[in-house]
Amino acid sequence: MVHELAGKDPRIVFIGSDLGHGTLADFAREIPERFFMEGISEANVIGMASGLALCGKIVYVNTIASFLTRRCFEQIVLDLCLHKARVRLIGNGGGMVYAPLGPTHETVEDIAVMRALPNMTVVAPADAEEMKRLMPQTVDYPGPIYIRLAKGYDPIVSADAPPFLIGKGLIVRNGTGALLITTGITLKIAMEAADLLNRHHISSTILHLPTIKPLDHEAILRCAGQVAAIVTIEEHSIIGGLGGAVAEVIAEADFDSPKRFKRLGLPDIFPDDYGSQDGLLKRYQLTPEHVTATVRSLL
Amino acid sequence: MVAAEKKSSLDSRSLQLRKKILETFSLGGRGHPASALSLVEIMRVLYDDVLRFDASDPNWPLRDRCVLSKGHGCLALYVLLADKGFFPEDELGKFCKAGGMLGGHPEYGRVPGVEASTGSLGHGPSIGVGFALNARIDKLDYRVFVILGDGEINEGTVWEAAMSAGKHALDNMVFIIDYNKMQSYGTVDAVQPLEPLADKWRAFGCAVVEVDGHSVSELQLVLRRLPLQDGKPTAVICHTVKGKGVREMENNLSWHHKSGFDEGVIAAMISRLGDCVA
Repeated sequence: MVHELAGKDPRIVFIGSDLGHGTLADFAREIPERFFMEGISEANVIGMASGLALCGKIVYVNTIASFLTRRCFEQIVLDLCLHKARVRLIGNGGGMVYAPLGPTHETVEDIAVMRALPNMTVVAPADAEEMKRLMPQTVDYPGPIYIRLAKGYDPIVSADAPPFLIGKGLIVRNGTGALLITTGITLKIAMEAADLLNRHHISSTILHLPTIKPLDHEAILRCAGQVAAIVTIEEHSIIGGLGGAVAEVIAEADFDSPKRFKRLGLPDIFPDDYGSQDGLLKRYQLTPEHVTATVRSLL
Repeated sequence: MVAAEKKSSLDSRSLQLRKKILETFSLGGRGHPASALSLVEIMRVLYDDVLRFDASDPNWPLRDRCVLSKGHGCLALYVLLADKGFFPEDELGKFCKAGGMLGGHPEYGRVPGVEASTGSLGHGPSIGVGFALNARIDKLDYRVFVILGDGEINEGTVWEAAMSAGKHALDNMVFIIDYNKMQSYGTVDAVQPLEPLADKWRAFGCAVVEVDGHSVSELQLVLRRLPLQDGKPTAVICHTVKGKGVREMENNLSWHHKSGFDEGVIAAMISRLGDCVA
């Protein structure tokens, strides 16, 4: 996708660190002057991206999400956010995608950390189709953007309608019993949970928030106002991510009726087993069954 | 004068710039004066004789980019930018003050002529690599000058950027090292020895030259004839004296950063400018 965009727009530059052999080979061959593979030096890559962006380029940087958010954090804060540099950080394997490789490669605090930064936009698409809808919008969007990718070959659950816009929540399903709020791959979990809840005669609204910052306060408040129970679901630490962001909004709201609220995410630990992403999602109860049980316990 | 002292070789422009630096520092009530004083001739030669810029159009795409990566030396930069007309000279009187343009570290977007916000050390070189690569992509002939402190190059990112500049054969890029041999806690030798420094830069892919960083003529000679070698970034190691020109500040760690001083002390320093030992 970045290759296609770069073919149309001479401002677009790509920088990788030390990605898998053959990554974006067509881009490297066709537009070598705007394709850089800079080695395992994330801090340098971010500074370099900032320099290019300050000269008018739009820079897409790609590596594993854990390295892209941790190793070069100060460069992200200062070189990108402080300068409002148009750099797009594409973090592969956000969450527990790299389960077999352990905590050095898993990223369970990136949303919390990135959303605290002034001028940063934070997006976590549900699947590759949503990513395709996001990418063209990133070109002229102001300031830096952090994009948390999952595996890249997750089941497609997102749809064209309602239209995807950075900063806008997507109401995927309408119901009156409970509100399930998702970001990234947890949309799929919520959709399956909503089906299970139907069997218990509980209809659910699903509000999918691919953009965690800027957060769509209006959509959250509108959806929350219509239900008694609200559950957030995220493949992220329980601290400061989607659940934290939503909690901040609803805690300050003035609802007509009382609400019950629960955040589902990882406990405050480093993932403590290997295996697979799906296995760890089950281990930390990020499953349709647990979402269903949580909603029922709140109502 | 005692026997060890000698009259400074600093000319009237160098002395005038130092006077302005000390006055600005005094009005601000805080800052890094000694770190600015070691930079004066470097900054002066760059802005007087080397850099291509238009102060009335600070975003001119063809300008040379000058990044003061050792942002704490900003007093020297501010005085030169004001001197060249990037902003009115009375801004200097608001240094570090609420409502002023000029902070204790330079900020991009706030100060005309400042190419990048620096202050946290080790950021300028990578940003500079980005500037230099942009020139290559767009086939522009501007050059990039990144000015580093010696303590600053303890930071690993400096060497990541140097490798990158070497790999890309960025001969439009110049690293200038203000090698005053002192950092905050103590001497460079005591905190983190850098020698053999020229060999290090050479090993990372740069063409290297060493100069007396207070000699205007030596700096002019080198900085007017860049790159040193086609196909290589240049590293200019400038041997300097921290606090140069002010006797009490020269090689005196207590003046690295200073606040809470008596303005009269600075006024006395200004009156004795140039009576230096180093």
